[in-house]
This record gives sequence, structure tokens and C-alpha cells, in this order.
Amino acid sequence: MHLHQASLAPQSSAVRTALATAGLLMALSACSHFAGSAPSPDITTLKVSAHRLYRASVRPAVVPIPVRRLQSWTLHIDAADGRPVDDATITMNGGMPQHGHGLPTSPRVTRSLGSGDHLVEGVKFNMGGWWVVRFAIASAAGTDTVTFNLSL
Amino acid sequence: MNSITRSSRTVRIAFGVGAIALASSMIGTVRHQSAKWTSAELALLGSLSIRTLEPLGDDPSNRYANDSRAALLGRDLFFDTRLSGNGKVSCATCHVVAQDFQDGKPLADGVGRTARRTMPIAGTAHSPWLFWDGRADSQWAQALGPLESGVEHGGSRTQYAHVVAEQYRPEYEAVFGALPNLIGLPREAGPVSDTTWRAAWQRIPAGRRDEISRVYANIGKAIAAYERRIEPGVSRVDRYVDAELVGERHTSENTLTSDEEAGLRLFIGRARCVTCHNGPLFTDDHFHNTGVPLPRVSLPPDSGRAVGGRKAVAGEFNCASRYSDVKPEDCQELRFAVTEGPELVRAYKTPSLRNVAARAPYMHAGQLASLADVVAHYSAAPAAPFGHSELTPVRLSPNEQRHLVAFLQALTAPLAAPAAYLEHPAPHR
Repeated sequence: MHLHQASLAPQSSAVRTALATAGLLMALSACSHFAGSAPSPDITTLKVSAHRLYRASVRPAVVPIPVRRLQSWTLHIDAADGRPVDDATITMNGGMPQHGHGLPTSPRVTRSLGSGDHLVEGVKFNMGGWWVVRFAIASAAGTDTVTFNLSL
Repeated sequence: MNSITRSSRTVRIAFGVGAIALASSMIGTVRHQSAKWTSAELALLGSLSIRTLEPLGDDPSNRYANDSRAALLGRDLFFDTRLSGNGKVSCATCHVVAQDFQDGKPLADGVGRTARRTMPIAGTAHSPWLFWDGRADSQWAQALGPLESGVEHGGSRTQYAHVVAEQYRPEYEAVFGALPNLIGLPREAGPVSDTTWRAAWQRIPAGRRDEISRVYANIGKAIAAYERRIEPGVSRVDRYVDAELVGERHTSENTLTSDEEAGLRLFIGRARCVTCHNGPLFTDDHFHNTGVPLPRVSLPPDSGRAVGGRKAVAGEFNCASRYSDVKPEDCQELRFAVTEGPELVRAYKTPSLRNVAARAPYMHAGQLASLADVVAHYSAAPAAPFGHSELTPVRLSPNEQRHLVAFLQALTAPLAAPAAYLEHPAPHR
């Protein structure tokens, strides 16, 4: 094959609009990130931990959650009595149950932001579909796990 | 939950309702524009369009990445056979410009035969990981690997510094500043497999070794400044998608045959190719064990990403190294890289599919001769020779396999790069 010089043809405004629309549609289906037709029955952003020691919520820095891009999240944790939890050891893992693989990165909670908020860095999803992310939380209130489902 | 969080949730919900209302009207618009694809399919097709490829920004680890003088120097270095142990091998020996920057061979031939298939270059500046096993985290780190490989360029670090000083001093110094004093340095020395050259390298004082290594890193940065200007071009598939998105009538320039269209439908649908081959470069930039067969010739065991990930993190020229132009804490991909786990075993990088029809044979050691073989492999999904394949069979009929191949062929397009970067430069001095 012979390859010649070429440049990206200028986009027509119609194509740009259509791509933007398509992007919004992707965003919406990905927005189902927490509210769409994920296979899991519970896809809310606010979850109670397995042994009811914590209530936790996640807030991605970029919504809709992008694919193939490193991103940060904020994880908010309250104890069962409603007080925010700042002093905790938190680890994160996850993956795609239907594909049998884990996350493409090793995200970590890198620091407490105060008022129960914790910064999660290094989050990435490399494909669309059903993802599960789990946080293991250990604090004076005890050790427990909270699980979120996403549909990208 | 405290009141601040509650109120922010309310705002989010309100925003969500507004967005849904807005999008509902737009869904209607898009549906109206295409009789062939649903709104969800159109959204997926739009995400594959080359028009959604984000323009390259800076490379913080390479402050010269967007310097056109560095790119021209890099272009000249890319084609210079003096950067090899036998004076016959340049980057362009295996990355053949007229063949989509690859050589069409199962295993690359430098000064010796390698254990891997040559990878293409177009668009790789967008990738966080280079090489089949991702053992480099930038184009400039990647470029430095083959130069010191005993079977690829087969040269040494001081040799390359001497070549730059003798052949490219003005061009180099205009970009990177003064070269160090090379007087008294051996012609051949470097941290390479050749034990004589390695011993000679160790005899050089550490400070001078660092100076030479910095010149070496700058060779990589110049080559990267060149390579990042090689981008994939607009294919007929992109033009087809653009037309479908706006409901335009198809012309010979933007149409797909019925076989190609059926292939595209399979690609984003039942065949599930788009799971990994996603986005405008048709790659998820990640690593997968897809159970590809063992190479046809006997090669050392190859564990793919299981080794490549650790090499990237330990890399002498990675983003976090002293030769990088960014602080280690800003090397996000390295900081959060997965380096352990069974799924890394024999996992290899998802290659871009742009121009894939021009790049037989396929897989990391050229195990599969044709696109038909590749599609048949993914249809059958055999067990991995070792490690665990992520695939499950999709069982495509012979006709469906033919349709997928037809679609992949429609991804062929001329590269997008300045003409001067796609030609062998005039002999340098």
C-alpha cells in the first residue's frame, strides 16, 4: 500500500453538531453510569456498606465518566451515626464481572479532604460496559466494604 | 449525609433531569437522520470517528515534543543508519514509511532477528504505553529501547553521542543546548548486553555517564517530536459515520458497501470487537490475553505485560526518571500502573485498527497471516497457550467473518503528516 500526505479535512458545522449530539448521547448512556440499565440491581451513587458500618458516596471529577482517561473521584464516607469519617484506611479495587478482569489501573485513596471526603486518584475504565468498584474501609468504627456498580 | 452533600445531590439530580430532557429531543433528531442505525448505535459510531480524536497537547515529560526543530532533527535521526552497530540499520529499516511504518514481517530484522512484530507509529503519541508489552511510557522512551538492543540497532550509548556530535552538532545544540565534552570517551560503551561495551561504560565516571545518557535521552525526545507528527488520516469509515450522523446522502467517497456495513454492524454489535477496539484509534490502550497461538518459530518465553509493566515502572528513561521534564508525582499512568496479577500474563497491547489491512501478518509475533485468520481466531476463541484468554467464542458464520474483514479494510487511509515527514530525507552531510 502507498500512503500519501493527507490532513484531517475541516469538519463541517453539521458534522461537528452531529458529533456533539452523538457525544451527548454517549454521555447519557454513560450517564447511566449510575442510573441506566446496568445489569446490577443497585446502581446508585450512595451506598450502605456490607455490614452497615458506613454510608458512602462517590463523585467523579468528570461527568459523564470518560473511557480511557485517568480521572479522580471524591469518596465521601459517613459512619452509621451520620458523622463524617476522615481518619480511615481505604483501598479500592474492582473490575468487570462479565469479562472476568479487574481495573486497568491501581487507583488509590491518596488523601483525606476533610468533612468525610477522600480523594481517589488513578481511576480509569478502558471500555464500556458494567463495572464494579469496591472500597474497603477501616476506621475506628470497624472494617467494612462498600460496592458501587457503573454502566459505561 | 450532611446538608452540603444533600444540596449538591439535589443540584446533580436537577442537572440530570435537564440533560435528559435536552437529550431526548436530540435523540429524536439523530434518529430522524439515519434509517440504518439506532441512536445508541450512532452514538457508538460517533465515538469511533477520527474527528473525536483529541488534538495532541504538550508532552510534559518531553518539553521539546512540539519543537519543529526537534522534529526535523528527529526525522533525520529516524532515517540515519549510522545509529546502529553495523551502519546498516535505522528506525526506518523496520518502520518502513511507505508501509504504514512497519515491515510486513512476522518478526523484525535489525542487526539480528527480534522476537516481536514491528509496530506502526501513526497515532502512538496518544498512547500511554508503547511496545506490545507497554514497557515504555512515552514515544521518547520507546525510541531508546531498540537503539541499544543487541538484535535491533545493536549500537551503544557513547557511539550515538559521537554520531550526534560529529553529524548533528548545530541542529542538536540549537534545541538542547551544548553537547558535553566527548574527548577521551570510548567509541563504544553503554549499559548493553555486549560485555566489553558494558565494562567500558562502567569505567566512565558517573558524572560523564549521566551527561551521555542525557544526550541519549534527547535523541529519543527528538525522534518522538518527529513521530508524534505522524497521525492516522480520515478513512472511508469516518466519512461514512459523518454522513450517517447528519443524515447526508452517501457518495462514493463516504459510502460503505453492504458487506462493509454489515461488518461494521457486527464490529459494534454481536462480534464485540468494539469492547477493546474502542475510541477514535480503535484501541483501549490496554493489554489483553486473547489466546493468540504460539509463534511459529521457537522463541524465548514471552509473558507480555506481566514483564512489560514492571519494566515500564523501572525504566531508566520513564516519565519519573531524571531525564524526564516532569516531576515523578505528575506521572499519573506510572503512579497507578498495574504491575501484578494473573491477567497480565501473556497480555499484549490492543493495537489500533486504523490501516490494519496494510499490516499483515498480525499479533505480537506475526502468528496470524491474514485478517481472515484474525477474525477466525476471535470467532473461535481458543484457549490460551498459557495464561488465561479473556475471549469467549462469538461463533461468526463464514459470511459474517467475510463482512468483518471487509469492514476492517475500509479503515485504510493515507496518513496525516507533513509531506516532508513521509519521505526519506536528503543524505545528511
